[in-house]
Amino acid sequence: MPALLPAEFADLEPYAAWALPTEGARYAKRLASTMDELQAFYDAAFPRLEAATAHLEQFGMDALGEDGKRLLWLFAALVTVSFPVEVWRQPRVPDSGAATIDAVVEPAV
Amino acid sequence: MPHFTKPAEGSWTEHYGIDTGPVSYEDSISPGHYELERDAIFRRTWLNVGRVEQLPRNGSYFTRELDAARTSVIVVRDTAGEVRSFHNICRHRGNKLVWNDYPREEVSGTCRQFTCKYHGWRYGLDGELTFVQQESEFFDFDRADHGLVPVRCEVWEGFVFVNLDNDETTPLRDYLGGLAEGIAGYPFHRMTQVHKYRAEVGANWKLFIDAFAEFYHAPVLHAKQSVSEESRKLQGVGYEALAYGIDGPHSMVSSWGGMSPPKDLRMVKPIEQKLRSGLFGPWDAPDIGIDELPPGINPARHPSWGIDSFVFFPNFMLLIWKPNWYLTYHYWPTSYNTHIFEGTLYFVPPNNAYERLQQELAVVTFKEYALQDGNTLEATQTMLESRAMTEFPLNDQEVLLRHLHATARRYVGEHQQRHPVTTPVRIPAAS
Repeated sequence: MPALLPAEFADLEPYAAWALPTEGARYAKRLASTMDELQAFYDAAFPRLEAATAHLEQFGMDALGEDGKRLLWLFAALVTVSFPVEVWRQPRVPDSGAATIDAVVEPAV
Repeated sequence: MPHFTKPAEGSWTEHYGIDTGPVSYEDSISPGHYELERDAIFRRTWLNVGRVEQLPRNGSYFTRELDAARTSVIVVRDTAGEVRSFHNICRHRGNKLVWNDYPREEVSGTCRQFTCKYHGWRYGLDGELTFVQQESEFFDFDRADHGLVPVRCEVWEGFVFVNLDNDETTPLRDYLGGLAEGIAGYPFHRMTQVHKYRAEVGANWKLFIDAFAEFYHAPVLHAKQSVSEESRKLQGVGYEALAYGIDGPHSMVSSWGGMSPPKDLRMVKPIEQKLRSGLFGPWDAPDIGIDELPPGINPARHPSWGIDSFVFFPNFMLLIWKPNWYLTYHYWPTSYNTHIFEGTLYFVPPNNAYERLQQELAVVTFKEYALQDGNTLEATQTMLESRAMTEFPLNDQEVLLRHLHATARRYVGEHQQRHPVTTPVRIPAAS
């Protein structure tokens, strides 16, 4: 299978399914995952956050290649799962019941 | 002992001459009161419907569904570059003029003219009727008499407002008053990186404004969002604003903001430590080209300042954050106990993909908070409607809530004086 992420981040290829282009899609994947799955992704990606920020800092938004975009989406997904893993201990926001709030405008990457 | 100085009267509430007694939320649970608000408030005040950046070139347009005001409007930049608004109705048979697929959904785009889907009547961007299919078939017909119905439309600091009341002549700037004047000059136009969220909330529109117009709830409701040691500390201290402002129907609260960056990194979550961002926005503020904030922002000039929240009556909130970004809230009623909430975050465009990721953390944090707030409000609405209790105390940190509800009741009262209830209109029989 061809690499989806920059070569430096080959170790995160097993989690490339998290490289989703919209906040809504990343949030939906979070809700569809178990805490074990969220924890596994977090444990793999969080230690690589510093390397990722150093990489991403080199590129303007127009200069990101396809692999760079996927790296940004992957770490945007780390942001999405950080709440359940670091705080909530569950995929949903506590006491949020049936409430939903959806992105209707977001800058394309 | 307050941490921050209060006015000489001893409280903000008394300082602004506002009653300190218990309050009723009947205005938020009565279908009859809401019907009156539609005419008394939403058809009579300046409503913010968007930003000029949504109309980047001549011919750019968007529609807004103003259910509370019983209409839909088109907002367009005409061929001369002027921003105009019209009721979204074709003069021929009353069809909605601009829509795609679903008549009740808002649309945007760019065009040279508006063409009705029904019989092909065409209107220029200035509202003039330019083409009528089989015009000679009509009787005593003059196209000049059948242009689009204009809606008053004015722009303040790039924010586009409409007013559906053609008799009310107060210009937008006068209506927005001193609080807005104090913000003028803030470089909103530099913050063009937009993330917009929308939610249907099962609560009266004013109750959700209440939730964002006081921070007394923040250390409790959002306790779990902070790491536990910090959360306990915040609950112990409680919340006090730096300052409150009230001018006419509008108001503001100025707050401290020790989280951008925090004094101690251990106070925030691991991802926030690494990405240097969070609820208060990315910690490394971008350059916005001004040396000093306009006088109405951080009016107390307090060094701990973090965020100002302005409530522009009726349904527009503007939040300006210390790290050079802003957020707007809009509350569009759809019934007495439902409304559509819009939260829109505006950042300076990121210089690189890392800054984009920092902004993502601020955006997602906003969403987590909004989900908690929205659901709590549904719980409030249902119990208020039980009328098991009809009067409630409000503390001094909730002064903006008293002012909002009193203002809404005043508008309704004044409207009723202008339009006393009369016998139902009789429809004359056809002759």
